[in-house]
Amino acid sequence: MRLFSALVIGAIFGLGIAISGMANPAKVLNFFDIAGTWDPSLLLVMVGALVTTAIGYRIVFRRMPAPLYERAYNVPGNRTIDARLIGGAAIFGIGWGITGFCPGGAIPALGLAEPETFIFMAAMVAGILAARFLQVTVLKTATI
Amino acid sequence: METEFTPILAIVGGVLIGIASVLLMALHGRIAGMTGIVGGVLPPFSSDWTWRAAFLAGAVLAPAVLVAAGYEIPFDVPPSTLALIVGGLIVGFGATLGSGCTSGHGVCGMARVSPRSIVATGVFMASTFATVYVVRHVLGGA
Repeated sequence: MRLFSALVIGAIFGLGIAISGMANPAKVLNFFDIAGTWDPSLLLVMVGALVTTAIGYRIVFRRMPAPLYERAYNVPGNRTIDARLIGGAAIFGIGWGITGFCPGGAIPALGLAEPETFIFMAAMVAGILAARFLQVTVLKTATI
Repeated sequence: METEFTPILAIVGGVLIGIASVLLMALHGRIAGMTGIVGGVLPPFSSDWTWRAAFLAGAVLAPAVLVAAGYEIPFDVPPSTLALIVGGLIVGFGATLGSGCTSGHGVCGMARVSPRSIVATGVFMASTFATVYVVRHVLGGA
């Protein structure tokens, strides 16, 4: 039941990404191109997702002492704003701006079975592994 | 390349992303951050990789089922193959170093009013706007 639930939640996520246009790099890139072929759709995706999640989280944390399938909520408690956070976010933005793919957009896009997505995903996985290697060997911090 | 402004689909899709995020918290106690979820199914596997794999399978299957049912999902990739490879490496590297991406920081973290996520989202949005401007209007690419 636990795994089936995760599968269904993943499907809802993938459905949302697919119909909103977040799986389409051309549309994502156009959101960031105010000086050119601007398409504001992505702003509404963010607003819809953020408002729903903010309200939903509030209700969940207030009404449910623990999640249904786990003993406790597993949310990040780290509140330190450091160079790693800011540098990582800045680097991520460069890649998102070059490709139009972010991890949440690319995974559902795999379902469309287009070669570009597989190329991007393979490179993204290599990037994740490289960052982990760096974190373990040089920065001596735990992986995510 | 122009894309059509689709306000209704954008809001409905956004709300669905939000519902999935809320359900993942309510049932599994987890942040719906794609970088973290993908990271957990890569070696060294996290001990709880099974729900992550199930979530990812659902996320890939849903659009595939939509397409099979005859629903058209617009999909165009302006960047070149080389740009996809370089950009993909950068996305994976940066999102891991920064502990999250659009879904983890931008939706879930912002919804929790996490200071780290608010800063990260501001930084990567600014960085993406700047990158697209440079690629399209300075370098003259796609």
